[in-house]
Amino acid sequence: MNANKKELEVAALENGTVIDHIPSDQLFKVVSLLGLEKLNKSITIGNNLISKKIGKKGIIKIADTFFKEEEINKIALIAPNAKINIIKDYRVTEKRPVTLPDEIIGIIKCNNPKCITNNEPMKTVFYVINKDNVEVKCKYCERAVGKDEIEII
Amino acid sequence: MRRESLVSITDYSKEDILDLLEKAKSFEQNPNRRVLEGKVIATLFFEPSTRTRLSFETAVNRLGGRVIGFSDASTTSSTKGETLKDTIMMVSNYVDLIIMRHYLDGAARYASEVASVPIINAGDGANQHPSQTMLDLYSIYKTQGTLENLNITMVGDLKYGRTVHSLLMAMSHFKPTFHFVAPEELKMPEEYKIYCDKLHIPYVEHQDFTEEVIDQADILYMTRVQRERFTDLMEYEKVKNVYTLHNQMLKSSKPNLRILHPLPRVNEISYDVDDNPKAYYFEQAKNGLYARQAIICKVLGIEI
Repeated sequence: MNANKKELEVAALENGTVIDHIPSDQLFKVVSLLGLEKLNKSITIGNNLISKKIGKKGIIKIADTFFKEEEINKIALIAPNAKINIIKDYRVTEKRPVTLPDEIIGIIKCNNPKCITNNEPMKTVFYVINKDNVEVKCKYCERAVGKDEIEII
Repeated sequence: MRRESLVSITDYSKEDILDLLEKAKSFEQNPNRRVLEGKVIATLFFEPSTRTRLSFETAVNRLGGRVIGFSDASTTSSTKGETLKDTIMMVSNYVDLIIMRHYLDGAARYASEVASVPIINAGDGANQHPSQTMLDLYSIYKTQGTLENLNITMVGDLKYGRTVHSLLMAMSHFKPTFHFVAPEELKMPEEYKIYCDKLHIPYVEHQDFTEEVIDQADILYMTRVQRERFTDLMEYEKVKNVYTLHNQMLKSSKPNLRILHPLPRVNEISYDVDDNPKAYYFEQAKNGLYARQAIICKVLGIEI
């Protein structure tokens, strides 16, 4: 019975994408990074659920929506342990971790106030120089930014 | 004809650097060649820098090209709020090459993306200044006969000094040994030490500027310790004269030692060093002309 109850914490999905193992404090950032607030599909968001791996986690279920890999991979910046589950006909057909792309365009704000990207109407470009420790480098001012200093636009 | 911008010294490979050194050497033998006949070159200095601008403009003039531009952004439409992109796009319509200095980091990289003509970065904020690095490399090459296996000792502000960072990266192709002499507050940033470690380049860090360190050096690269870099002014007062080179410190240095400084100097090289034949900083500045002639030709794909 317990197992069943637990599963019922979040409603099951017929077709769509489940993003699991999002750190609770990053959940709403993931929502805005993927632009989910603009989506008109049914979305279930759960937060502060118990996770054996990361303590408290968030989960997002999006019905009838499948993301391009490079689009969803950008959440690795703030949720490096997130898992993507692709659901078709109530079954998980694919499960994979997110991985950082080599180049991140238009998401990170450069924290160097004298960087051209903070002074011109333009998109930022960051190169991922360390995928394990999430370290990125601004293409323009060439400053490296560590995981804890990354600011999302 | 290959046309490529020069934004950062890391845009160039070892072969590119060696090719530029040969070109610079050839321009030193004969600086007056009309290879830019009929070409117009813009020097856009959004931030004033008389030394660099005059050196570039002399280079263009001696190659027979014509120059348009400005030396101070306060007379341009950027004061009316025009974006850098618009200024660059507009100037691209008129000229064959843009040489630019800007007060913002990354401005030259961005300009090279929007311009339809090549860009030479003449300094972008605290970021890159590759023509300075080329003239440093040419000065080292000229005085030592090679760039390989040299002991390069860098002194002063190694934290904020962009010239030392670019020089370090450019020299990394040539199996150097580095000595970094700096106060605790201004020591070489971690990322450059990691860079050396990855390439197995040996380096030693020193806090004291001693004769023992000087005596091992082939090149002594001096930089200015600037007061405004210190959060603690007590600390500045303590170190401001510690990293000054005096003539008597050079008495047992190697005969091939040369002293370089990107200039302007304040008090980090005492005036009694100027007459020492090992002082090279004024000739170093002169090499800038030849290095810049070489860069202009390379960027425009002009064979000499």
